[in-house]
Amino acid sequence: MRTLIFLLKKEFRQIFRNKALLPVIFVMPIIQLLILPLAADYEIKNISIGIVDHDRSTVSRDLINRIVGSGYFRLVDYNASFDQAFKKIESDKADLILEIPTRFSASIGAGDPQKLFLAVNAINGTKANLGAAYLSSIIQQLGSDLILEKQLSSGSAFSSINVVSSNWFNPTMNYAFFMVPGILALLVTMVGAYLCALNIVKEKEIGTIEQINVTPIRKHHFILGKLLPFWIIGIVVFTIGLFVVGYGVYGIVPQGNILVLYACVALYLIALLGLGLLISTYSETQQQAMSVTFFFMMIFLLMSGLFTPIESMPEWSQWIAKSNPVTYFIEVIRMNVLKGSGFSDIKLHVGVMVFFAIFFNSWAILNYRKTS
Amino acid sequence: MVDVKVQNVSKSYEKGKVLALNEVSFEVEKGELFGLIGPDGAGKTSLFRILTTLIDFDQGEASVLSFDVNKDLKKIRKEVGYMPGRFSLYQDLTVEENLEFFATIFNTSIEENYDLVREIYVQIEPFKDRKAGKLSGGMKQKLALCCALIHRPKVLFLDEPTTGVDTVSRKEFWEMLKRLKEQEITILVSTPYMDEAMLCERIALIQHGSIMSIDSPKGIISKYPDPLYGIKSADMSRLLRLLQDQERVKSANSFGEYHHVSLVEPDSANMDRLLDSLRMEGLEQLEMKPIKPSIEDCFIHLMKEQHGETSH
Repeated sequence: MRTLIFLLKKEFRQIFRNKALLPVIFVMPIIQLLILPLAADYEIKNISIGIVDHDRSTVSRDLINRIVGSGYFRLVDYNASFDQAFKKIESDKADLILEIPTRFSASIGAGDPQKLFLAVNAINGTKANLGAAYLSSIIQQLGSDLILEKQLSSGSAFSSINVVSSNWFNPTMNYAFFMVPGILALLVTMVGAYLCALNIVKEKEIGTIEQINVTPIRKHHFILGKLLPFWIIGIVVFTIGLFVVGYGVYGIVPQGNILVLYACVALYLIALLGLGLLISTYSETQQQAMSVTFFFMMIFLLMSGLFTPIESMPEWSQWIAKSNPVTYFIEVIRMNVLKGSGFSDIKLHVGVMVFFAIFFNSWAILNYRKTS
Repeated sequence: MVDVKVQNVSKSYEKGKVLALNEVSFEVEKGELFGLIGPDGAGKTSLFRILTTLIDFDQGEASVLSFDVNKDLKKIRKEVGYMPGRFSLYQDLTVEENLEFFATIFNTSIEENYDLVREIYVQIEPFKDRKAGKLSGGMKQKLALCCALIHRPKVLFLDEPTTGVDTVSRKEFWEMLKRLKEQEITILVSTPYMDEAMLCERIALIQHGSIMSIDSPKGIISKYPDPLYGIKSADMSRLLRLLQDQERVKSANSFGEYHHVSLVEPDSANMDRLLDSLRMEGLEQLEMKPIKPSIEDCFIHLMKEQHGETSH
């Protein structure tokens, strides 16, 4: 016990003395939490649209007003020829072209179904998809309004089905509410795997592990002395992120039980520290450890549902996402913070995290024994 | 009492492709200052790493303080001090913190064994709040020695402690080792510097993983078979080329100021004839005198002998 406490003291002394590492641990998370949720917003504004209006009627003007008034679109071209409008797409000035056919309003007035033509510049897929979706909903709205008008004027009253949605757990659809818990998970992951792996490999690279290995110091004391500091730092970083930035800046109040949340963070960190230890047993230099950890972090983070929903991935990559510890942790944090899920709701997640903790740590310890 | 015992130890790397140690055997008595002398790549570090329980070996037996290095790792680790060839202390901890760290993990304190390291530690004490990484080479080496001694080890392993250290610090270091000997600490030291061999009580000359000879430095020198001459002239490189072509010359090697030469028939008549023929070649300021062989001469002689044996 005395040895362990002394090892911890030494480790913290070294961490706090490292002028390069300290900002990485404490300042970077805060900056990330301040920047990412505000910048990484899925709502796309300022989509450039060109409109080819062959009709030039009140209905077509109404449609154009609705499009421009929605706030999502910027009218960059108003033209009478599709070919000319298409040049705008070619020169990347327009993302979308909407072509309104001649006799559009007349046909609608006569009750004939009408078709509008929509050309999408799909180079930026997200922008094109969302733009087309926004535009479709505006046109649909116009359609149903026209029907309503007609019904009112003709006096025949048959009701239409109206869909109204409300956003549960995040009523104002505040994007930060969704992103902050996810980015918190990312930060805990970085501290756990990245810093832990680098720290252990540093002892190898500098040669101090050689000197340590000839002392009667016990292996498990040494490993605990390496893992515990980052376990503590991970929890501290999470706390700063959740309360200082999450609550202080974004006003996010965790809805669930704080103890359950912290128990999950503690458990998840054990799993990730195991991964860090595992990587360190396979690397000889900090550079190697960094490259390997970077590879895993990229895959883990992009396949975790942090930025893109897992449900919309192809099946094979859903399997990758499902065998990714980060996925479960992000879900747990979002469920707890936004929805207030208790332990019984996240039993499966906890089980998976326990599995990962045992899996990574036993593999790491087996390999650590073999190599030294 | 025998403190370190190595019997027929062999060690290879890369699945047997590289033979680092080839059936090495030697013994070190309690309180002895024993030197392993050999060039880089001779297998010195592998041997040290085996004896300090850091690596396994392929065959043979090795024990330290009568503990088997394969079985009683923990007992050995409590009793030995090891100073690796590369500076392996925490560069971001201060001098004092490093020493305290190693004292604590050996379950002792600086105060308890201060008498043992005092003489060395007082030299670095003025810098005790300086980070170890910021020390000069000689200081680093003194700190490393303090850290290896702070738990009062019975056997001390020093792997090339003087490599990369200036001449003055090297001399000081060997004086420290002599004083440690008075404390009855068995010391195994390796070095590529032949001049340091004279400072050990017994030495083993090691080359390509095999020990060529074990004896006291004087004993090794007395075994040198031929009378040896030092020869110099104004043009040393031409002289060496000419010497190596002479039939009368058994061996000629470059050694700083003089070339060391042994003759096939070492008598004064032969010596005169050699000088005459060299003068005929136009060499000026020729000077030749009998000299005592050094450890380096013995090493080169043994190396050639062994090489001759293996090439037949």
